[in-house]
Amino acid sequence: MLEGKNLACVRGERTLFDHLNFTLNAGELLLVQGANGSGKTSLLRTVCGLLTPEFGEILWDGEKIGAVREDYQAAMVFLGHAPAVKDDLTAFENLDFSCRLAGIEASREDVKGALGHFGLGHCLELPAKSLSQGQRRRVALARLLLAKAKLWILDEPLVALDQAALHLVQTLIGDHLQSGGMALLTTHQMVSIPGIEPRVLQLTP
Amino acid sequence: MSVFNWYKFSSPATFYTLAGKLVPWFYAAAILLCVVGLYISFFMAPTDFQQGEAYRIIFIHVPAAWMSMFIYIVMAGWAAIGLAFNTRLSFMMASALAPTGAMLTFVSLWTGALWGKPMWGAWWVWDARLTSELILFFLYLGFMALQAAIDDPRRADRAGALIALVGVINVPIIYFSVKWWNTLHQGASVSMTKSSSMASIMLIGMLVMALAAWMYAIAASLSRVRSIILERERNAQWVAQMLEAEL
Amino acid sequence: MTMPQTLIALLRRELTLAMRRRGDVLTILFFFVIVASLFPLGVGPDPKVLRLMGGGVVWVAALLAAMLSLGRLFANDYADGTLEQLILTPTPPVVWILCKIIAHWLVSGVPLILMAPVLGVQFGLPADALWVLVFSLLLGTPVLSLIGAIGAALTLGLRGGGVLVSLLVLPLYIPVLIFGAGAVDSTISGLGAEAHLSLLGGILILAFMLTPWAVAAALRISIE
Repeated sequence: MLEGKNLACVRGERTLFDHLNFTLNAGELLLVQGANGSGKTSLLRTVCGLLTPEFGEILWDGEKIGAVREDYQAAMVFLGHAPAVKDDLTAFENLDFSCRLAGIEASREDVKGALGHFGLGHCLELPAKSLSQGQRRRVALARLLLAKAKLWILDEPLVALDQAALHLVQTLIGDHLQSGGMALLTTHQMVSIPGIEPRVLQLTP
Repeated sequence: MSVFNWYKFSSPATFYTLAGKLVPWFYAAAILLCVVGLYISFFMAPTDFQQGEAYRIIFIHVPAAWMSMFIYIVMAGWAAIGLAFNTRLSFMMASALAPTGAMLTFVSLWTGALWGKPMWGAWWVWDARLTSELILFFLYLGFMALQAAIDDPRRADRAGALIALVGVINVPIIYFSVKWWNTLHQGASVSMTKSSSMASIMLIGMLVMALAAWMYAIAASLSRVRSIILERERNAQWVAQMLEAEL
Repeated sequence: MTMPQTLIALLRRELTLAMRRRGDVLTILFFFVIVASLFPLGVGPDPKVLRLMGGGVVWVAALLAAMLSLGRLFANDYADGTLEQLILTPTPPVVWILCKIIAHWLVSGVPLILMAPVLGVQFGLPADALWVLVFSLLLGTPVLSLIGAIGAALTLGLRGGGVLVSLLVLPLYIPVLIFGAGAVDSTISGLGAEAHLSLLGGILILAFMLTPWAVAAALRISIE
């Protein structure tokens, strides 16, 4: 279970949010919504442990995330604004390396399969600089298929995706939740996942 | 009880008022000590049999050099406290000390040059102490340039604190290496402070001047930290209340 | 997956990226050669003067080249989000930071070491001094990468980051310069380079143990 308790975030001189509480249980989806600049990305980065909150704490199964860093990070996958895709590497190399760095065990076939699943089967060996914006996002998203993480933290995962990919990602999230996973995501779009009633965390600037 | 007081004074609002009360006293002490020190160094200290009257510049040079090194260490100390306990005031103290430290480093370099001309016949000599002082000046500049380049005050505080700590660990290594380099190349070996042959009145003069520089450094950095507090907390309620009261 | 495998993957990735961008590596190398070649043009071709200066000039050029190469260390990873992902891996930061620094040294430090004897010959250094030059660079250039990594990490994403790095890092490079160039110098004057080289080795060990922690702290500060 993931819990945020009395969180506050200050960027520069602005307080983005304070007294923020949330809980996320297995099988649940939490949507973070709010206008631009309301601190959605900062909240996600705080939950990951990239930002230290001004006040409050984040608990993973009742323990502060700082105290169980390794376990927490092994159980969590974060996809941020920047897709962490290298121009000079091919799509295959990108996914392969990012899995290895994150300690995800995946064979060559798994990696190829994941990219194929996201409709990138024909450009495995193309350098990422020749891919479109949406295709790069798909390379990043393909990691979700391979990671066996319980908690997904996704910052605008649906941006720059076409209809087919939108459907794919939503199904993927649905399956993940059904199998006892949890997801925390920001989005401006409508999210419709069959059988899942998302909870909404509204941030007001 | 003492813990309670410590936390009370580590809040910027309380410290702002406290520092405001202390600043005039430290300035007064600095001026008084400076007058006494200058009197000792110009009217009481004897003329040096080797160096004549020109040696008297060391009454400014040496205290400035001492303080410039001392301030860097104090600055790194505040930086360490800030990083360890996440106290904003410590970071502000570190930033407030840097310009004073850099200024004193510059004074010691400048007076070193003025002293070097009659002694060595050159404005600049790659003497170990002068070279170390020059590098210290670069370290101060690096600290201030880094803080100036970062817009987010939280990041500026922490990044500055880290580079100050890295610097303070390096200072002994730099000093040792410069000394080694200097003896190897047998450069200028005239010592600035021949403590053995120095009359005790000279030493007293230097100590009084060092105290004056110390008081000045405290006064200057306290008044600078007040400006930093005001700038950082300009949206806080206590600042608004204070301004209202003053109007 | 165990930690060594993660690290081998990272090392392989860094080297693959460098190979795909060979131009960057060569640019640094040519910069090194050009800076060293400017000195004879500036001070005149007197062989006696050049022999005295040689070690110092090659070392100063190596310092500047090492400093210029720091931009590649974290900046790209910071811009494209890889750095965030690295910070979020279960591997302790100190370990992968050290791994990245080693990769950086292999790509930007080692070519300088290999090129240095050629430059030394240009300055008329005797054979034993050439060996000492290579050996001192072998001990010293990793320190440049290690210390430089702190500056590179602190200036991530700042305007004027490149110039700022030089202001932060060059003063810290001074001991390495003194002992490195001093080793060559004292070989030429027949004093032997052991003392210099062992001090350089001491600095390397110290830097190896301490700087990764400072870099880890600096990256956390910058990523916030």
